[in-house]
Amino acid sequence: MTGERKQQFLKGLKDGFPIFLGYFAVSLTLGIHLREYGLTPLQGTLASLTNHTSAGELIGFQTIAADSGYWILILAEIVANARYLLMSFALSQKIDPKTPLWQRLLMGHGITDEIFSISISVPGKLSPFYTYGAIAAALPGWTGGTFVGAILGNVLPTRFVSALSVGLYGMFIAAFIPPTKKNKVMTGLIAVCFVLSWIFNRLPVFDGIDSGLKIIILTVLISSAAALLFPRKEASPDET
Amino acid sequence: MKHNVYVYIFICMALVTYLIRILPLTLIRKEIKNRFFRSFLYYVPYVTLAVMTFPAILDATQSPVSAVLALIAAIAAAFFGGSLFTVALTGCVTVFISELVMDLIIK
Repeated sequence: MTGERKQQFLKGLKDGFPIFLGYFAVSLTLGIHLREYGLTPLQGTLASLTNHTSAGELIGFQTIAADSGYWILILAEIVANARYLLMSFALSQKIDPKTPLWQRLLMGHGITDEIFSISISVPGKLSPFYTYGAIAAALPGWTGGTFVGAILGNVLPTRFVSALSVGLYGMFIAAFIPPTKKNKVMTGLIAVCFVLSWIFNRLPVFDGIDSGLKIIILTVLISSAAALLFPRKEASPDET
Repeated sequence: MKHNVYVYIFICMALVTYLIRILPLTLIRKEIKNRFFRSFLYYVPYVTLAVMTFPAILDATQSPVSAVLALIAAIAAAFFGGSLFTVALTGCVTVFISELVMDLIIK
């Protein structure tokens, strides 16, 4: 790797360290429950390595345990992961348009809520090598946590796991709070997000809607409204 | 089981998830000029992350009280310029300490 690429990779690796910890904690709990779904530690670990997602894997394991049809699982995965489609859209505008195909293909496996969150927060254009660094930290945490959880069962004190799981939300907060400092629209937008999300997730009327689908519906509705009411001036690269 | 576990894991789960992740990233090779769509894509990440954080964070810990405290502490840390790691750690430490204190009070 050339100097610039190596630097970006190392920065991603460093920023990805909290993701490593958070993923390890979350996937540990996933691994602990593998047996209930009738899966072996190897199967669960392979699933984590190739899927790299919490909600999608949980739905997958539940569907496998229920022995439902392949098509049902495919549909469930599309719903659970459709938010990655929006993130992929946003990242396509964040990288250099000349980025070669193989780099786009490699970056793709790293589109998770957390890696997306740190990648999109990079000032200016995003170097794919930054995202690779984050993947190099996150994916071993996610895969390793699943494996350790499946092999050892529940060894960590609950209080420890409880504290680590909130770290993932800390990473989201670190991404969406800084823009609210300079921009009143963003402050209002985040407040609206919290209120609508609470209503949508806590009122029993909406219980029938899958939680992944709720995220998509809210994202599309709120972002469209914001884009209509507060269209952005032609953004300079370091603003996005 | 009637179905093959590896078909489930590699085809129905991994392949489908990967296709969703790479389609826009590989197909859209130009900068989008449309102002509405650019604004929309600007807001999308913040909105997604905000709706994923709340109210889900309330269920992430053993008690909603420690979660609310962690939420407030992390927002404050981010607002005052804390790095990604600082903000995440602030949340974790807040949960750990507040749950420890609550256990001591109850016991």
